[in-house]
This record gives sequence, structure tokens and C-alpha cells, in this order.
Amino acid sequence: MPLVDIQHLTCEIGGSTILRDLTLSIEEQEIHALLGANGSGKSTLAYVLMGCEGFTPSGGTMIFKGMDLGPLPMFERARLGMTLAWQEPARFEGITVSNFIRLGKPGVDPAPYLTKVGLSPEGYGPRFVDRSLSGGERKRIELAAVLALKPRFAILDEPTAGIDMLSVQDMMNVIRSFKEDGASVLLITHQETIALMADHASQLCGGRIIASGHPKDIADQYKQGSCIRCDGERCLPFATAR
Amino acid sequence: MRELKILTETFQSLGGDPEVFQDRHIAHMAASGHRLVSQREIPGVTIDAHETGDGITNTIIIEKGKHIELPIHLCLGITEKTGIQRIQTRLVIEEGASASFLAHCLFPFVESGEHRMDATLEIKEGAHVRYNESHYQGTLGGMVVVPQAMVSVGPGAQYFSDFSLVKGRVGQLQIDYVVQVEASAVAELTSKVFGRGSDIIHIKEKIVLTGEHARGLIKTRVALEHDAQGEMTGIMEAHAKGARGHVDCREIIKDRAVGRAIPIVQVTHPEAKVTHEASIGTVDKKELETLMAHGLDPEQATELIVSGMLQ
Repeated sequence: MPLVDIQHLTCEIGGSTILRDLTLSIEEQEIHALLGANGSGKSTLAYVLMGCEGFTPSGGTMIFKGMDLGPLPMFERARLGMTLAWQEPARFEGITVSNFIRLGKPGVDPAPYLTKVGLSPEGYGPRFVDRSLSGGERKRIELAAVLALKPRFAILDEPTAGIDMLSVQDMMNVIRSFKEDGASVLLITHQETIALMADHASQLCGGRIIASGHPKDIADQYKQGSCIRCDGERCLPFATAR
Repeated sequence: MRELKILTETFQSLGGDPEVFQDRHIAHMAASGHRLVSQREIPGVTIDAHETGDGITNTIIIEKGKHIELPIHLCLGITEKTGIQRIQTRLVIEEGASASFLAHCLFPFVESGEHRMDATLEIKEGAHVRYNESHYQGTLGGMVVVPQAMVSVGPGAQYFSDFSLVKGRVGQLQIDYVVQVEASAVAELTSKVFGRGSDIIHIKEKIVLTGEHARGLIKTRVALEHDAQGEMTGIMEAHAKGARGHVDCREIIKDRAVGRAIPIVQVTHPEAKVTHEASIGTVDKKELETLMAHGLDPEQATELIVSGMLQ
């Protein structure tokens, strides 16, 4: 049985259907890349899985560790061992980086997690998770905090967006360390190099999974599409051809 | 002395070190109601304090060019269940001097009381002052606190003020500060208040940037729950070339609480600039959900966000 089993998931927001009959499974210790153009529904899938307010599915099922996520509020899903790193993480006044990393794991030492994402524990630990951090710094801290939770399933929404080119390889190592720690990862990305590190990949188009398979094949197919913003139509011929 | 004992015990219960009132290297003044219960001068700091019929009048002077390393403690309060305390303060930081003040205003048992502060701060050219004022007004909501201050910040001087009332009840609070900032000087006013029950909070802070390249910041953080009401007025005026000001007000409200923010900005010089931002409402959804994705329930997450904002 897969760790995460999503069957026929449908979600409508503001009268528009964002996810359509979406089916996807993720095995234990699998990194699963999710590729798709802007507007294809990648982040919506992340929010529906995590149980964010306003992202309630209108159909289908989501099973994690054999449990139906549907009736569970967000914090109970987190307590089951799943979590989400946002594409644009929130900022907090008065919460230090060290305390942010300890959230949900009060006894944890933040230092190794900060080091792992390339930040000095001495320099960053006492700082606040507020607007004084750059976008890239905030992303690294988000990853460190999610890593410190030691989740069974981590949804990483564009984890390398805003990270400088020289550090992307370091971030890929961080993503691999989730797997080494026993977690599965849903890796939402636009970047081919990031997708290629996955064990499996799927392409999302118009709220549907139109292809799943080896990351290289899925990335190649994704590149053939000319979508800047997903219209849910142009990718379908490629999917049919497969 | 009983009053000093109560004040220092309350100070200690809130995390303060009562030894500061014994340390001969630390200047201080402590008053309960209209009784002056303790004071100490140190080289560079003169304190001239007198009891009046219903309070204390005092002048504190930091001598020209002196850098006072340890904070000067001002401990003011009412130790009975009822009482009135009117404080008239004149604080002078002479040219090139620097000092920090920790003012503790403690009213731990008051059922019905009033504390008024009329302060004049003269921060002369090149001086540097940090003034942190924290209040504890008990749990009954019976205090009326009215701090008023007129502050002048001389050329090249720096003034940082931090007002905090986040534990227990507020009662009624009416802050009214006016700060004049001269050329190349800096003034930053920060206020953090947590209103509960039927507390009523009015904070009016005004910074007038009169000199070239003067800088000003008014930052207000207020949390309101139950039936508390709050109105924050931040006024920033810029009248000279290169003056820069910003007003930043954030209020989180819960239950039946009502919050209002009134930013007023006025610029009379084409090369000056003032900005403002204000937000009132419930806890930010994304902040809340980020914490819940770490396993905190909604109550824990809200408490952490509010306490962080007021820290």
C-alpha cells in the first residue's frame, strides 16, 4: 500500500474546477516530482492535501498511512507526520529562527538543520523570521524547519525558487536528506534539474495528472508543451501520444 | 520600607532583578503613590526628586558627554488597592551624552487607581537615549493610566522609546506623545499593548520631522480580545529636505474586540517622504497555517503569533 494514495480528487474554488479526478500515489521514501505550468493546480494540490482553509475537495479520497485525511483538520494531519513547505513562506514578528525550527519538536537542536541548509546557526539562530530576511534565506529556514520535524511525508512547493544558482545543488542535497531520514517527498517544481533528482515524476495539466513515469521522460514531455500558463488543453495530445 | 518591598517583589515576579536597587553603580528612583521610597545618583546622573500632594516631581540630568553604561531604573507604582499618582518628569540628556532608562510602572493590586505622567524630554545635540517603559496594572482592570510626553530630539541625536503593557489587564490607557526631531536626528516610538476584558486603549503618537534628513518611525502593535477597544493614531509630519518617516500599525483582534487605526501623514517639503501601513484583523491566515502545518492547534498557533508580535 502506498504511503500516500490520492484517488479521483476534485477541487473547485470560486466556481472553477482546479483539480479534476486527480489520481496519484507516492510510496514510502519516494521523491515524487510534480511538474506543470503556472495555473495547472500544483500548489492547489499541496493545499488540499495539507488541509488549508478554502481548499476542501468536492470529490475523491486522500489516504495517508492508511488513514483518510478528509475529515482531519490541518494540525491533525501534521501530527500524523505530514507537512508543507510553502512556496512563499510566511514571516513572523518576534519568533526567532531557532524557535521556529523547534516548532512541533521542542527539544530539537536547530544548529545541524541550519548548517544543512547553508546558514550559520550563530548568525541566524537569534534572528527573527521576519522581513529582515531575504526570500532565499527565508526559504532555507523553511526547509530547515520542515527537516527538523522529521516528517513521514513532506510537500515541498518550489523549494528552490529564490535560491541562488550556486546553492541549488546544496538544496538538492537537503531534499535528498528527507528521503535518507525515511520521508517521502512531493516535490513541486518548474525546474527540470530539480525534477530529475526524483524517483518518479508526474505532469499536471488542467488539474489532471496527464502522465507519470521516469522523471527524464516526464521532464522531456513537459518541455515539449508551449504553455506559459496552463490552459488544460495543449498538453493533452502529448499525454495521449504516450 | 513596605512600599519598596512590594514594588521590588512585583518587579522580580515580572522577571526583573531586584538587586538593581541595591547596586551602587546603578542610578534609580522609586516612588509609590506620592512617596519617594528610594533613589540613587551616580557620577554623570543627577536626580532631583520631590514629593507633591499626589505624586512626584523630578528632574533627571545626564551630564554633557557622559556615557552611562548601566540602565537607569525608574520604578513607579501604587501599592495599595486605590490611589492616585501624578508624576511630573523633566529629563535632560545633555550634548553628546548617552543613557538608557528602564521604567517599571507597577500597580499590582489596584482596584481603582490613576497614574498620570507629564514628561518633558530634552535630548540635546548628538545625545543617544533608549527609554523602555513596561507596565503591569494587575488583573482587575481598575487602572486609568495617562502618559503624556513632549520630546525634543536635537541635531544628530537619537531617541528610541519602547512602551509595553502585555501582561494582566490594561484598564484604561491614554498615551499622548509628541516628538520634535531636528536635523539628522532619529526618533523611533514602539508601543505594544494587549487589551482584554473591557479594556480601553487610546494611543496617540506624533513625530514631527523638522530638520533636514531627520528620521522617524512609529510602530504600534496591539492585540485585543474579549470586549476590549483600541484606537491607535500615528501622526508623522515631515517638513524638511531628506526627512523620512514611517508609520506601522498592526492590530490583531479576537472575540468582540474593536480596533481602529488612524495614520495621519503630512509632508510639506518636496524632498521629504512619509509612508504608512496599517493592518487590523484576525491572525494572518498564512502565519496560522504555517504553524498548524507544524502540528500546533489553532489556539496554540494564535497565542504564538500574538506573543511574537508583542515581544
